[in-house]
Amino acid sequence: MIKGIGASPGIAIGKAYQIKEEKIHVKREKIASKEIESEINRFQKGLQGAKNELQKIKNEMITKIGDEKGEIFNAHLMILEDPEMIPAIKNKILNEKINAEAAVKDIMEDYAQTFSEMDNEYMQERETDVRDVKDRLLRNLLKKERKKKEWDEEVIIVARNLTPSDTAKLDTDKVMAFVTKEGSRTSHSAIMARSLKVPAVVGIEEYEKIKNDQMLIVDGEEGIIITEPNDEILNKYKEKQRREKELINKIESYRQRKAKTRDGKKIEVVGNIGNIKDLDVVLEEGGEGVGLFRTEFLYMDRDELPSEEEQFSVYRKAAEKMSGNPVIIRTLDIGGDKDLPYLNLKEEMNPFLGYRAIRFCLEEKEIFKSQLKALLRASAYGNIKIMYPLISCLEEVKEANKLLKEARKELEEKGEKYNEPEVGIMIEVPAAVSIADLLAQEVDFFSIGTNDLIQYAMAVDRGNQKIAYLHSPYYPAVLRLIKKTIEIGHENNIWVGMCGEAAGEELLMPFLLGAGLDEFSMSAVSLLKFKYLLSQWTKEEAEEITEKVLKLETKTKVKEFLKEVSIK
Amino acid sequence: MTRQKVRVENETGLHARPAAKFVQKASSYDADIRIEIKGQRGNAKSIMQVMSLGIGKGDEIFIEAEGKDEKIAIEELVDFIKKVLPSTENE
Repeated sequence: MIKGIGASPGIAIGKAYQIKEEKIHVKREKIASKEIESEINRFQKGLQGAKNELQKIKNEMITKIGDEKGEIFNAHLMILEDPEMIPAIKNKILNEKINAEAAVKDIMEDYAQTFSEMDNEYMQERETDVRDVKDRLLRNLLKKERKKKEWDEEVIIVARNLTPSDTAKLDTDKVMAFVTKEGSRTSHSAIMARSLKVPAVVGIEEYEKIKNDQMLIVDGEEGIIITEPNDEILNKYKEKQRREKELINKIESYRQRKAKTRDGKKIEVVGNIGNIKDLDVVLEEGGEGVGLFRTEFLYMDRDELPSEEEQFSVYRKAAEKMSGNPVIIRTLDIGGDKDLPYLNLKEEMNPFLGYRAIRFCLEEKEIFKSQLKALLRASAYGNIKIMYPLISCLEEVKEANKLLKEARKELEEKGEKYNEPEVGIMIEVPAAVSIADLLAQEVDFFSIGTNDLIQYAMAVDRGNQKIAYLHSPYYPAVLRLIKKTIEIGHENNIWVGMCGEAAGEELLMPFLLGAGLDEFSMSAVSLLKFKYLLSQWTKEEAEEITEKVLKLETKTKVKEFLKEVSIK
Repeated sequence: MTRQKVRVENETGLHARPAAKFVQKASSYDADIRIEIKGQRGNAKSIMQVMSLGIGKGDEIFIEAEGKDEKIAIEELVDFIKKVLPSTENE
């Protein structure tokens, strides 16, 4: 058994297939004058081959993943049809009498270089695209087909890492699961796996030891893989797989139902979104609102700040689309790993302990107020709630609320229509838990952001694989913080939700339910199953679980216990 | 030859997706079409050249066209930059 990180749930049983990274070596060769014509013909053929490939990929991706991913390959096609670049390559072959591969490499590397040097993040990313297209073209010229695409039977993909192009190259109908060394739950391969609804486990250091055709069990739920299982284990997992399929059918029926416990207690089960498009997915998957709308996308991939007007129109759209259901919008949370080049923020030694989120907003008051005004105005069109991130002291909440008041006044003076939305804070710093009673006086709700709360409480770098085991909500230290937050919130008559990854953890659900959590906000893909699981418990049963869990001393004991009592 | 000045108003300028859309539109005309920014010129039908120009929001560019459909090309492309690109943003 090899332990990794579960990145997409489900069980797969089948044969492994190792995808090796291929480096393309280009030999630079002089050609004779009489060879020029045939060399250009050869280039033309290679070009056509690459174009045919892209056309096919594009169509496939659009059907499988949706238009957006397909768009990437459309742009790749345009590069191969470029009326300036393609003749330039031919001229290079002609004038310098060199082989087609060398000419392609020279010209396209030049462009890649130009893009990489632009002071715009968007354009820098184009460098990757140009190199990707270049490699495709070279492979066609060298007649080096990328090994493996079609299999006779379904396989489990094993690789160090997978890029978008790599995944596009896979015959996804035949892919049962992904196992990679690199990546996290949010890496490309993980996202891909979830959208294809196949299991994935990442963080498998010993991926190279897995051989082709080796029998493999992938448990995306537990984040483990098992090589060469014996009959007993194999049967156990086959049974588990069968139950899962059964469950999937049952779960389907929860799409339209309201989220309720077995004894009829209404619980809010809502989605986390990162842009306006995600709203549709939340609705589709049966979400009854939005518990976390990350607004960073409005500020990213551009050269300057978004205007109040632009923000307003996005927030308004979200409010209207949710027709009265809550949309909790988190104010700007940049810094840390999310930089905005045009703000020229200084690089910091410890960005996660640095100038970010609310700390930035309270300093850059005008930026903050413009967002607050947009939110106030949009709240006239639906049920918007405002949420401040990374609160660590009372002063911050008071200051933020003061600015909110100012924003209101400014709108009033201009005669703009606005409403009085609920205001809450994220609980993601242990210091905030410690003074939750004081913070509760200033706000209408708490939302526990477990990703950061765990990071700060356990003093563990989220991105450090070596200590990834510490980034877990199952440690008693974390569970107590969560319990305490909910308790204090309720004592002070405010509701408490959760919008970190842990909110969607099926195993943890009974504990959170029993602890009294009022709202669970998770990625859209988890919503449906979560509603089903919730309906299997009564509030009282869950309370018993919570009580017992709080008596356990270690993460392992907590997990074992929760597994034992989880719905089979 | 027809030539006209236009200000790029959409947020992401002529980068990436908007660039691709613009190039596709430009490619639908027979006329030769160029864009110019701060003295630098590029073929409007070449995605590589358009992206290399790094045109951002607020930049003023010239579009010029030469060929039998040059008038309509300029008219429609200017309109495309002014109206269509900004309206497709954030969708």
